[in-house]
Amino acid sequence: MTVLQIPDRSLVVLVGPSGSGKSTFAAQHFGEFETLSSDTFRGMVSNDDSDQSATAAAFEALRFVAGKRLEAGLLTVIDATSVQPEARKSLVSLAKQHDLLPVAIVFDLPERVCVDRNATRSDRDIPARVVRRQLDQLRRGLRGLGREGFRTVHVLRSEDDVADATIRREPLLNDRSGETGPFDAIGDVHGCRSELETLLGELGYVIERDSDGRPVDAAHPEGRRAIFLGDLVDRGPDVVGVLRLAMGMVGSGNALAVPGNHESKLVRALRGAKVTVSHGLEETLAQLSAETPEFRDAVAAFCYDLVSHLVLDGGRLVVAHAGLKEQYHGRASGRVRNFALYGETTGETDEFGLPIRYPWAVDYRGSATVLYGHTPVPSVEWVNNTACLDTGCVFGGALSAMRYPEREVVSVPAEQVWYEPVRPLVPAVAERSGAHLTIEDVSGKFVVETADHGRVGISEAQSAGGLEVMSRWATDPRWLTYLPPTMSPPTTATEAGYLEHPAEAFSSYRDQGVADVICEEKHMGSRAVVLVARDPSRFDAPEGWRGVVHTRTGRPFFPAEQERTFLDALHSALDTSGLWTELGSDWVVLDGEILPWSLKAGDLIRDLYASVGTAAVAATSATEAVLDRAISNGVDVSALAGRNRTRSDDARLFRDAYRRYVGPDSEVRFAPFQVLAAEGSTFEARDHGWHLSVADRLVDAAPGLVAPTARRRVDLSDPESVQQAVAWWTELTEAGGEGMVVKPFANLTRTSKNLAQPGIKVRGREYLRIIYGPDYTVPENLARLRERDTGRKRSLAVREYALGLEALRRLVEREPLWRRHEAVFAVLALESDPLDPRL
Amino acid sequence: MLMTLTFEPDPTTDVDASVLGYLVHKHPGRVQSFPAPVGDIHVFYPEVSRERCTIAVLLEVDAVGLAREKRFRGDALALSHYVNDRPYAASSMFAVALGAVFRTAMTGRSDSYPELASAPIPLRIELPVISTRGAEAEGLVRRLFEPLGWAVEETPIPLDPEHPEWGASRYSSLVFSGRVLLSHALRQLYVLLPVHDDAKHYWVGDDEVAKLTRAGDGWLAEHPERELITRRYLAHQSSLVSQADGAPDDERATGTATADPGPAPLRASRAEAVLRALSDVHAHRVVDMGCGPGALLTRLAKDRSFTEIVGTDVSVRALESAERTLNLRAASDAERERIRLLHGSVVYRDERVRGFDAVVLMEVVEHVDESRLPALEDAVFAHAAPANVVVTTPNADYNALYASLPAGRFRHDDHRFEWTRGEFRSWASSVAERNGYDVEFRPVGAEDPTRGSPTQLALFRRRSS
Repeated sequence: MTVLQIPDRSLVVLVGPSGSGKSTFAAQHFGEFETLSSDTFRGMVSNDDSDQSATAAAFEALRFVAGKRLEAGLLTVIDATSVQPEARKSLVSLAKQHDLLPVAIVFDLPERVCVDRNATRSDRDIPARVVRRQLDQLRRGLRGLGREGFRTVHVLRSEDDVADATIRREPLLNDRSGETGPFDAIGDVHGCRSELETLLGELGYVIERDSDGRPVDAAHPEGRRAIFLGDLVDRGPDVVGVLRLAMGMVGSGNALAVPGNHESKLVRALRGAKVTVSHGLEETLAQLSAETPEFRDAVAAFCYDLVSHLVLDGGRLVVAHAGLKEQYHGRASGRVRNFALYGETTGETDEFGLPIRYPWAVDYRGSATVLYGHTPVPSVEWVNNTACLDTGCVFGGALSAMRYPEREVVSVPAEQVWYEPVRPLVPAVAERSGAHLTIEDVSGKFVVETADHGRVGISEAQSAGGLEVMSRWATDPRWLTYLPPTMSPPTTATEAGYLEHPAEAFSSYRDQGVADVICEEKHMGSRAVVLVARDPSRFDAPEGWRGVVHTRTGRPFFPAEQERTFLDALHSALDTSGLWTELGSDWVVLDGEILPWSLKAGDLIRDLYASVGTAAVAATSATEAVLDRAISNGVDVSALAGRNRTRSDDARLFRDAYRRYVGPDSEVRFAPFQVLAAEGSTFEARDHGWHLSVADRLVDAAPGLVAPTARRRVDLSDPESVQQAVAWWTELTEAGGEGMVVKPFANLTRTSKNLAQPGIKVRGREYLRIIYGPDYTVPENLARLRERDTGRKRSLAVREYALGLEALRRLVEREPLWRRHEAVFAVLALESDPLDPRL
Repeated sequence: MLMTLTFEPDPTTDVDASVLGYLVHKHPGRVQSFPAPVGDIHVFYPEVSRERCTIAVLLEVDAVGLAREKRFRGDALALSHYVNDRPYAASSMFAVALGAVFRTAMTGRSDSYPELASAPIPLRIELPVISTRGAEAEGLVRRLFEPLGWAVEETPIPLDPEHPEWGASRYSSLVFSGRVLLSHALRQLYVLLPVHDDAKHYWVGDDEVAKLTRAGDGWLAEHPERELITRRYLAHQSSLVSQADGAPDDERATGTATADPGPAPLRASRAEAVLRALSDVHAHRVVDMGCGPGALLTRLAKDRSFTEIVGTDVSVRALESAERTLNLRAASDAERERIRLLHGSVVYRDERVRGFDAVVLMEVVEHVDESRLPALEDAVFAHAAPANVVVTTPNADYNALYASLPAGRFRHDDHRFEWTRGEFRSWASSVAERNGYDVEFRPVGAEDPTRGSPTQLALFRRRSS
């Protein structure tokens, strides 16, 4: 039995004349979808699988499909004769384009076999001379397959060969996804043996030494494994010592390693190639010259065998010396290797004559964590789920390691400057590193994975709407941490004279299986999200920045100066309250209302509400005067006069309703009701009692600035408790209050099907005049307004809620900006959908 | 919504005021009601005497019904949907009511009193609430009614007596008095209320031209504002306007420009300055970022030296309008290859606009919040990295020369800032420095010796490395 080994991700080209048994072979050894046959494609594009005039179109379609499969990293078999070099060339280039290896399986069978087989085929008639010509072409090209770019060539020369052959799929050398760690990835060592020993010690490895006291291995008692990210050699004081230890660790399985550009050059130097001895290679060669030839050979073999990058932990971790863009993960080609060793350069050089590197990490959007070295940086920083661990030890910086999956950085300082740097260390990517958002992050149809509500889809129209609002109006995305969900009213009240009533909100929660709720007063203000931060750098903000205040659609709440005053005051309230220490954080995101409403809605109040109010009062007064004159002259217009009186009263009530929301701009008050997030945690699982207790402490700390929220906990299974809550609401709203919000006391609550509504607002009868017009309370009007559909609003509320929580979680977990932004953006995108604004 | 019309004959004549009932064909002793699409119309006489006769028309609007009725063009997604002045302020709806109630009177026919119906008589019309202010309405009532022989008495209504600091509302109560033919008076109200109430037209249909011709008979032809009246009455439907006017169609519908296009001559010289800059740097492949409805794109498209033109905008509506302006749907494949429109944003990196000869930001930066200019800089200069960038923006130094622009105000509501020449130069120079460009400044529009040009332009050229 002959075993044909092929890489499990590759493009397999079957080469053989018509009748050589390619299709039968493919059907035996490959999956249904893995084989793309030129006959099938001929049939697809022309309705006739033997129509030679359709060949060009068929191959175009075949290459397209093959390309899609290779893009997805799937093994793909091409079943066509492929006996001509030109035909193979386009397939080889297709494989290269997707950085996968092309493999040829050649069916070099005796002519007679093919001709006989063709003769028995009923479906087509292929003359013997065609087979002969194809075999000629095949044999002429056979020797050149390697040159054409095929990395593996298997030749089957007889029917027995074909019958005996089995296929074995081998993972690529870089595929170590079965290795799950935990790992400790170590940045560029450059011969700094002493620092490496210290670092391994810090990491908990126990170093094993040979009889001369030289370290030859290091093992971790918990079975952790080190990963050397390349550039072990050159420049530093003890390259040989580093090699001995690293080779020992790799040999014993205590470490993995990828090559750096310095190892790559060393291999060539050791193998006698002519290389420029510079950039510290001279130190390595000098030190190695004192070693035995065996050791030098072992070094050469070690460096040569290193695989340019490794995919680990089920694809969740990728390591490469100079990093690797997502497209290249788990691929094999010259350019993948080059990228892994040298990175991508822009072709330009900086003022020190060093190549300018293209900041690939900025554009990285992959889910795999990428750890790399190569470019010395002052400190380890995450950029879009990637981190450079080369902190320039040999240049007097530090030797750093990243614990994976813990994502903890462990560094030991260099003992001295071992090698003068050509230029000072600069961050891997310039200022605003993680802050680069790309249009692909947020355009078209996309899906956001949320922890609480699964996949939330955003349509193309929604994202288009979101992009406009986000671009034109929103707070800087770096500081836009959260957007609150929309809030649904209850279904229409059954209580006479009311459109909204607590009874429906309570029964809705009861239906969702929630019996313990809290009613919180609505403040007649504007929803506001406040980020208060003591350390601007946490949010990539300039010195002196203290946070942001934005509206529920992400717009800055205040003009810059007023925002500053507000934040300063809130900072001192937080200082006084001792909450910084308690939350263990230098920043906090608070959800609340800012009063008075006129602050934000002044124009709306004057242009809409006051205008309508004055028009209504003036018109009904004038009408009353005219009707009075008519009555005094004996005309019977009493019915008209009665209706006009109601309208006149309603007009005045309407005026009273909006007047309650007008206050002086100088008296800004903030009524927080929820702590959204602080360093290390989000708080959706803390009950509302806790949230309000935090708010109360801010009230105590700054009663002039922070307004308390009246509240009432209700046991929905207790009729008396419910009745008291209704009375509370009635009193609140009859005194002119806006209304209340009913929330599950426990906060985030999961029902059997879904998330429970985070809150349901029950607005007061008078407040609703400014929503539904002065006369909405007239019974026949009320009757018509009853048909309101809260279903869509509620579905939207749950999705937005999940997205908001997701955004906070990603913030707390220090995920890259684009990931945070995606979730926040999605809320705004959903909000761009038309929905009845009165709900 | 209420109107009263009073007839008070000269005491010297021997006319009984109560004959008004015959002239308007409504019995003075009765309260009559008529159903209308928007509610009920009630007609009654508050006062009938020999000296004076007043007829009142009260339109009782069904506000909730109106809001829920699709054909009244309410925007169901606007907060003002249920909360608006339609039940109170005289508007085109009221004109419909007048048309329904006084159809016969409007013809000027009176069998009993033909001499009163065919001669100007002293009339007084009161409209207690009508919107008379706002950008379009200022002084309009007088322009519309005074040429017709009416004395107009206008009393502003305060916005809210509890907030005197808010000043007057947009409403006034109006009294018209004059000697006018009754039929003209009614038809003038019938036409001019909707014209005055430009914002809300509920009922423009095909027969409007005929209606206008009939209603305007005898007074419209000589009206100095005839053109405005015609255009507005026909709700800006230019095809109808020319039909009614017999005039060439010179009023093109205005697009939904997001950016303030400014006065026409400046707009043109700005576009020319941009084209000159593009030609100076030999740009053939250009991106117009924030292209809006396509004003510059149209000019670029005409110039065949531009081999690839991309317009981007953050507003899908602006792009749709640009597509229409450029007539792209009907264009050849080659032309559609040459001119492309992309939905994009200047504060997000965009692969699709990388590597062009030039990017134009014409009157765009001032629409971006200052805090997000670094993101714009990154997206345009660092990432798209074209060989050249052309930026134009208003020159705040010049604003003082605009008489109509109060000090400290911007030229457009959406401007987040307007830069002085110094501020623009400092921003542009540092952007150029950080991103490896050289920058040159050019004036656009007529220059003032001390305040510079109305628009300022910066031309960035990437330094060759």
